[in-house]
Amino acid sequence: MEEKIIVAIIVSAIAFFSIYAFTPILIKFLEKRNLTVKDVNKIGDVMIPRPGGISIMIGIVTSEIVLYLFFPISEILAIIITSVLGFSVGIIDDKKTMGGWFKPLALAFCAAPILLLGAYDSNLNFPLFGSVQIPSLYLALVVFMIPITGNTINSIDALNGIASGVTTIASFALAISLFILQNYEIGIACLCLAFASLAFYKYHKFPSRIFPGDSGAVMFGATYGAIAIVGQVEVIAAIAILPAIINSFLFLSSVKKIVEHRQIKNPVKHTDDFKLKSTDEDHAPITLVRLLIAKNPLSEKQISNEVLKLTMFTGVLAVITTFMMGVKI
Amino acid sequence: MDVKIYSFIFTMWILMLVGGGLMTLIIGPFSLGSIGGVAPMILSGIKVGLALVLIFIWVFALTKIKNWIFKSQVKS
Repeated sequence: MEEKIIVAIIVSAIAFFSIYAFTPILIKFLEKRNLTVKDVNKIGDVMIPRPGGISIMIGIVTSEIVLYLFFPISEILAIIITSVLGFSVGIIDDKKTMGGWFKPLALAFCAAPILLLGAYDSNLNFPLFGSVQIPSLYLALVVFMIPITGNTINSIDALNGIASGVTTIASFALAISLFILQNYEIGIACLCLAFASLAFYKYHKFPSRIFPGDSGAVMFGATYGAIAIVGQVEVIAAIAILPAIINSFLFLSSVKKIVEHRQIKNPVKHTDDFKLKSTDEDHAPITLVRLLIAKNPLSEKQISNEVLKLTMFTGVLAVITTFMMGVKI
Repeated sequence: MDVKIYSFIFTMWILMLVGGGLMTLIIGPFSLGSIGGVAPMILSGIKVGLALVLIFIWVFALTKIKNWIFKSQVKS
């Protein structure tokens, strides 16, 4: 156990400090090459460097590789390869805006390492009721899980700090759950993601100094999904990111088709003091942000904080669910 | 922050727990005992169909709740 604690400290430190140190260098590099986008929720032409996914990739992959050197198990290798593939899909979308179906389809292929390395168990565990064995159906679940988590984190990346903040809170909740379930190696792998997203949050929080881009947001989601599958905590992982899932659900149930989020009508508009308020457009989708500001306009910082509070609430629900895993009716 | 959104999330959590129960207690062990010789693939297909019906009910219920929350937020 002592060895595992030391490893956890080492890889968490690598994940955190590599991103903490490298991101300012990346910001300068992107600014120099004019790789910036307009922050639409700020007054004036505020240009923000993008994509920060390069920094996130370095932090997550380096720490997970070091973890693999300590614990050479196929589950950690599957997480590393899935993360890199998720980053690759995102960076293609950063360079060239692809159609709405590109990311879900490409991310489905990112699940291949998990299947090929056999880093999964076909038992689906539920709280209170035990587990159900669904060998064929579970393969489909693995293929669907990575596009779902990748896209949900990407879809919620609408305001400063939300994608990295939600990933940080959900990953810490998932890591706690994995430790409670005594799945220590995957729990430590989840800590790498938690500390990586925490370090990036420092630069992404309001007012953002860098945006993760599709590469960063999709990589966060793909890594999270891979950890959920190889750690056999699919249900707990889904509960921890419920605000992001709700956002995707609200979006899909409004739009009723899969489209690239840049192609839809903006569900929010600005007040004179640049707060965000719900649009009057009938065909604009009802997203989580629009639901939060339906009553009163809120500032970008207030909305971000509300979403993070919701994620803390679901993080607590996820940990409660973990304790319910040991109880059988 | 409106309590309704937290209630919406809480409802979603409860529906996930209930859905898990239905999966493990009903759909998982489901078999056509009296009809012998049903191919496992057909049985799996029926189970997938039942799971999809559950998902449809789940999505329908949540969509209604979402619309109700949004409309009540706009009116207030």
